[in-house]
Amino acid sequence: MTLQADLLVVLPELILALGAMTLLLTGAIRGGKAAPLVNWGAVALLAVAGAVALCVVPADATAFGGAFIADGFARFAKILILAGAALCILLADEFFATSKLSRFELPVLMLIATLGMLLMVSAGSFLSLYMGLELQSLALYVLASFNRDHLRSTEAGLKYFVLGALSSGMLLYGISLIYGFTGSVAFTAIAHVIGEMGVSLGVIFGLVFLIAGLAFKVSAVPFHMWTPDVYEGAPTPVTAYFATAAKVAALCLFLRAILSPFPEALEQWRQIIVFISVLSMALGALAAIGQTNIKRLMAYSSIGHMGYALLGLAAGTIMGVQGVLIYLAVYVFTNLGVFAGIQVMRRNGHAVESISDLAGLARTDIRFALVFAMLFLSLAGLPPFAGFIAKFYIFLAAMQAGLVIPAVLGVLASTVGLVYYLRLAKIMFFDEPAPALDVRQSLAPRAIMVMAGAVTLVLIVVPLPLVNAAGAAARALLP
Amino acid sequence: MSLPILSLTTFAPLVGALAILALPKANSARWIALGTTVVTFALSLVMLAGFNSLDPGFQLVEKLEWMGGGISYHMGVDGISILFVVLTTALMPFAIAASWESIETRVAEYMVAFLVLETMMIGVFCALDLVLFYVLFEGGLIPMFLIIGVWGGKRRVYASFKFFLYTFVGSVLMLLAIMSMYWYSGTTDIPTLIASSNFPAGMQTWLWLAFFASFAVKMPMWPVHTWLPDAHVEAPTAGSVILAAILLKMGGYGFLRFSLPMFPDASLLFQPLVFTMSVIAIIYTSLVALAQEDMKKLIAYSSVAHMGFVTMGIFTLNHQGIEGGIFQMLSHGVVSGALFLCVGVVYDRMHTREIAAYGGLVNRMPVYAACFLVFTMANVGLPGTSGFVGEFLTMLGAYRANTWVAIFAATGVILSAAYALFLYRRIVFGVLVKPALQTIQDLTLREKALLVPLLVVTIFLGVYPKPVFDVTTPAVMKLVDGIKLRNANQGAAK
Repeated sequence: MTLQADLLVVLPELILALGAMTLLLTGAIRGGKAAPLVNWGAVALLAVAGAVALCVVPADATAFGGAFIADGFARFAKILILAGAALCILLADEFFATSKLSRFELPVLMLIATLGMLLMVSAGSFLSLYMGLELQSLALYVLASFNRDHLRSTEAGLKYFVLGALSSGMLLYGISLIYGFTGSVAFTAIAHVIGEMGVSLGVIFGLVFLIAGLAFKVSAVPFHMWTPDVYEGAPTPVTAYFATAAKVAALCLFLRAILSPFPEALEQWRQIIVFISVLSMALGALAAIGQTNIKRLMAYSSIGHMGYALLGLAAGTIMGVQGVLIYLAVYVFTNLGVFAGIQVMRRNGHAVESISDLAGLARTDIRFALVFAMLFLSLAGLPPFAGFIAKFYIFLAAMQAGLVIPAVLGVLASTVGLVYYLRLAKIMFFDEPAPALDVRQSLAPRAIMVMAGAVTLVLIVVPLPLVNAAGAAARALLP
Repeated sequence: MSLPILSLTTFAPLVGALAILALPKANSARWIALGTTVVTFALSLVMLAGFNSLDPGFQLVEKLEWMGGGISYHMGVDGISILFVVLTTALMPFAIAASWESIETRVAEYMVAFLVLETMMIGVFCALDLVLFYVLFEGGLIPMFLIIGVWGGKRRVYASFKFFLYTFVGSVLMLLAIMSMYWYSGTTDIPTLIASSNFPAGMQTWLWLAFFASFAVKMPMWPVHTWLPDAHVEAPTAGSVILAAILLKMGGYGFLRFSLPMFPDASLLFQPLVFTMSVIAIIYTSLVALAQEDMKKLIAYSSVAHMGFVTMGIFTLNHQGIEGGIFQMLSHGVVSGALFLCVGVVYDRMHTREIAAYGGLVNRMPVYAACFLVFTMANVGLPGTSGFVGEFLTMLGAYRANTWVAIFAATGVILSAAYALFLYRRIVFGVLVKPALQTIQDLTLREKALLVPLLVVTIFLGVYPKPVFDVTTPAVMKLVDGIKLRNANQGAAK
């Protein structure tokens, strides 16, 4: 394979990398005033990268000796990541413009993190996986503490960094064990070796460390401790970015790093995944009930959601992967809408984050309250919203794979989870109004909320395009 | 392709809801809502006109691709479901009109919630796909949650959460059952599943229990009925009307549509369980009703008792019992709706539902007393009212299936006469001594317009129930024959 062909396959990543550097230079030369320009440039870059990934990159191609895979699975994940990143940059633009913290580094860092994510979902070997992961993580550490004069934000960045480093260490240790016992870091080669020689104890040890490291990245129980603090401390658009694009990348990476090299070790890893999945669902639902800060609540909610998604992975089938991808697509848009809503929560120019600040919202701003409630109920998985479709396919896959008891525990956890989502609806609709939130028309967040609301309704009416696309992507991963 | 009348009927209220959202003034919201529900009722009459009552199968079928993989948007009605659709559309204008003056705050949102709820309810009775059914079945929870929680009484938050969580827990188990049915037979299409129901007996047991969990809560059957009195007491009048008249019927409809035809062996197996629960519901909740101080609570408990007759009738698995159950549901829909409207009439005047606060109303409200009397008698099951036909048939069916059950159920009839007449006496008869009641006014024209049509229907169906049976009989015969055939095959196989 020639270099040109390889470069064509990584064209979206190249565009992002070169574009990010150009924007960095632009910002450095033009100084603080360049922030809006850089923001819009970054959004344009993401759009171009998405279009290229969709239309230019050849289907089912690999590059650099199999270390980089551009299959349908990667394409699906990339589109989601790019869309999530672009919308987060739009959110960040509005957020920092109002809090007068506007800096051009933010979109650049987001671009670099996004680049890392694209590499993650395309990784064909443990080395490229690790490279992508670290590129993403280092950018995210900085992003978490972006509000650098703010105690909570810096704390969030530091916590995220320390725990992230720990998880990377575990991941690397697992990879080294797997390499030692199979003699390769390429996914296909490992699968081949395991298929021929069976699952050795060393590989199982490596697998456990690998899963532990990956579970950190998707914030699954029992490796979730960093999530609430980081979600709460980081600036809202950055939290939105953690909750959407970063989660998609981490979970897709999780899928590929487990399913491609270890299809023969299904029995071994399934029990671990089921375990962390059920724990995440349960903890996410139970711990969220007591929260008073809405960002912390969303952190526990996302822990729970990762639990549901991991149930699809535990199924280990095409149907399961399809379920995870549908879940992620719905999850990204719904969560973006919710975080856009959180960002709009301002009173007298100051951001408020307490759940009680939403009291009686239906009487002061009924449209906002309606969309907000719809998004929350969609997250709860209640029909007739898109969240139901997502959970439906996950549980459908779990039932097919015979994981009946985890599925039963899952639906029970979703009932418990419903309590706190309903509580939000109750606070917005039943309670006496708190002083009205600023009705200032913050265009980008409101537009994103409306879009997310529309997605949750449209997907229940015409789910088929998404279902089919996710199915095709899943078949690309699991031939 | 012919006119998609089912979809039109189902989604007409949704269009009205959108119109209200575009024009959210209180008065226009009222008129748009009333107009929409009347149009929907007219559409359902068109549907009824296009329905061939001799054909026992599904009619006016519409099928579109929806989620892929054998899960489709499939709508259709048969003799069992079409009357529930008409009941829903017929009662909705009453519910809207009953809220005309009593709802003063956030009128537009209130009307939107009701119209969305109507779409979900009609859809539930038309859905011919399990997943579609589930989506609509659950979708109705949110508007009702808001109706109770926003416009309800003092303990509205508690009642709305209890209502939501009870019904939701029941239904999620049904969702898992739907999934395992999908993996077993490769489809969620209801007619296909009914025609080729061949789940092995062990699997049927689990599936039946999962569906039962959902429908028993919805119905509600003893001992999972405790959400109902709370929900009824706290809900606004129209909310109570719809809850009692239609939402409860979804449970009974679910038994008829799923449990009986799809899991016939398990239905036979669990017949004693259902009979026991039904008899306890009939006797126990009637006794509880006797002790109530709150009018709405009393009627709520009487609803549970009446639903006991329905479940008993349905699980007799014979023709009389099932037809009686269906008739009882339709009749209870009209009668309990009317009773809640009657409570609403005095509540709007006095703002209390406490029975002790009333007495001697006949002196100042003779028309009201007369209407209330007819509905009370229908609730008791007096011959000549619609309440009698259903109760009689269910007991007839029960007598064939199990004599003891029929005997116990018959004592429930006596108890129902006791609590209903006791209620009537305390409110209407006696001397008007309470000073607050001295100036109470009789029914207004609007209230008469609400109660009189229901009164006519109650008596008409009591005297001449044949039109209902003309529609239901072929479908019920088909259902009963299917169960018999299945059980006969089972016997032959053994």
